[in-house]
Amino acid sequence: MTLLQASQVGIERGDRQLLIEVSFSVRGGEIWQLVGANGVGKTSLLRALAGLARLGVAGDIQRHASVLYLGHASALKLSLSALDNLRCHPACDVTASQERIASALEKVSLAGYEDRPVGALSAGQQRRVALARLLLSEAPLWLLDEPFTALDAAGCDWLEARIREHVEAGGATVFTSHQPSRFGALQQDLDLTQYVA
Amino acid sequence: MLPDSPLLSLHAAFTRQFVRHMRSLMASPADVANPLLFFFMVVTLFPLGLGPDPDRLATIAPGILWVVALLASLMVSAKLFASDFEDGSLEQLALAPYPLAVLVLAEVAAHWLTTGFLLALVSPLFAIMLGLPEQGLSTLVASLLFGTLCLTLIGAVGSALTVSIRRGGLLLSLLIIPLNVPVLIFGTTAVTEAVIGGNPESWLALLAGLALGSLALTPLAIGAALRVSLDS
Amino acid sequence: MWTIIHKMGSPPWFFRFSGTLVRWLLPITIALLLVGAVWGLLVAPPDFRQGNSYRIIYIHVPAAVVALAGYYVMALAGAVSLIWRIKMADITMRAAAPVGAVLTAIALVTGAIWGKPTWGAWWVWDARITSMLILFFLYLGVVALFEAYENKTAAARACAVLSLVGTVNIPIIYKSVDWWYSLHQPASLKLTGESAIDSSMLYPLLLMILAFYCLFALTVLLNMRAELVWAHRESSWLKQLAGGA
Repeated sequence: MTLLQASQVGIERGDRQLLIEVSFSVRGGEIWQLVGANGVGKTSLLRALAGLARLGVAGDIQRHASVLYLGHASALKLSLSALDNLRCHPACDVTASQERIASALEKVSLAGYEDRPVGALSAGQQRRVALARLLLSEAPLWLLDEPFTALDAAGCDWLEARIREHVEAGGATVFTSHQPSRFGALQQDLDLTQYVA
Repeated sequence: MLPDSPLLSLHAAFTRQFVRHMRSLMASPADVANPLLFFFMVVTLFPLGLGPDPDRLATIAPGILWVVALLASLMVSAKLFASDFEDGSLEQLALAPYPLAVLVLAEVAAHWLTTGFLLALVSPLFAIMLGLPEQGLSTLVASLLFGTLCLTLIGAVGSALTVSIRRGGLLLSLLIIPLNVPVLIFGTTAVTEAVIGGNPESWLALLAGLALGSLALTPLAIGAALRVSLDS
Repeated sequence: MWTIIHKMGSPPWFFRFSGTLVRWLLPITIALLLVGAVWGLLVAPPDFRQGNSYRIIYIHVPAAVVALAGYYVMALAGAVSLIWRIKMADITMRAAAPVGAVLTAIALVTGAIWGKPTWGAWWVWDARITSMLILFFLYLGVVALFEAYENKTAAARACAVLSLVGTVNIPIIYKSVDWWYSLHQPASLKLTGESAIDSSMLYPLLLMILAFYCLFALTVLLNMRAELVWAHRESSWLKQLAGGA
């Protein structure tokens, strides 16, 4: 099943044309990594795919499933506890129960930190709180911008396993990363260098 | 696991957003106290600048109180969406499967309760300091309740338009002060009418109408403006 | 109808069309302005109370009328840009804002000059002058917001939202300022009260209003053309046009 279809997409930032005629489609069970040097337009393309960027985006983007988008900013309130942050997070399932949220925090190795203000946690731990959203959303299509940054080796392994689990269940993931491919034959690379205007 | 009725789930999303904003506001009580303190300080300046003559102060008290309330609301509007924009919450709101206008209204409601609403409640204190006759007090509170709601909603439009601009504070004043003129006129006139024993009800009704109109229309503008800000 | 709108959205077509329009509009505007000015300033009779000083209304009133209409033009272009995403509408809005601001400024300055002999003060918080001042702020807001955004497509979108909010608000602002003024109006200032204007003074005024409408349209068109030339400086159709000329 096609979850995302991009045809002839062009990206313009300010007065500059970044990318032209990017076409690809994402089906359930697929992992796509957007590859390219800094400034080539990976984040811009990902934001366009999510529907956040519309101005300066040419071509046609069709989303056939709800989207979970993880950007550079973690969308966490520093003064709220990890538990409250997830309970009130706009991207999480409204009906998620207290237990489900607590177990999500446990799975990202933050058991015992539930009630601390997020601002008192380290950068890596904050990132983990943000990633706990991946356990609390029903969205089949994940768009992740640099999800592996600020994570330690164990965190990266956990995220990798979580993404595999997600696509095995029929979801799909598009992500950007500067790290070499983690998913081997399972993943497909979209090299943006070939679409530079 | 989603609630069966979409309306019910929209209600849940609204409540969640309201609680979230309320909690993060309550986490820093200083931010809630600041506009009230500002109100207090500026009200003190007027007798110092104009002289302590009680009669003169009483005549211009409605105008002073309303202008200062407008400035206080302007000051806090600048911060309405700032932290949500910086920490990425707005992106998530825009992508949530609910109308952005509704979610944004939840934030504005929380914001108003901690600023304009409180300000209206404590305003009699400052009114007495300026010698506003007692028969004007209830009208002052009522006019500020409706009026600050308008000011907050209009301020939210300005805040949404300027949130992505660095040093947007001054620009924000330019955008929303002209739009706030009717609110100021209706508000001060209502209080003055109450003081001179005239007919404040019709002016309060105008303010209430303005508040309802803003409530119906501004969320759409706020939503559209936030989408532009996220996309700039 | 739809094809016309669509055509209007095409820059090369609009550039040629506006070129023809400007060629006609320019002489018409100049002629109207000249006739109106001579008629109003020299031919029309002096006012029995204000003498010759009233003649400034031949600048003041048209500027004020067209400035207000200009805001609606701008907001309408903004609505078109928001709904149909037509780039020409963005450009119209952007071109109209500074022209409207200047017209409002002219109305304010001439109002002050008129006020000196009439009321004995350069500035009086008269209802119409005050509304005009607020309109001036509204225009400045749109211009400043446009300049503040680096991404100009986003800037146009933001200005469209702002001018629509302003449009809904303008009637309320005007009405509220009217009420405010009538509540506080001192008896000595009743001079501006609507008195029947004699037709010998009215006709040149109407002519000048028409002239200012033409002037507004002309300036906005020229502004748009300049904007188009800049935006399409690399395009082939423009180079062809420049080479052919």
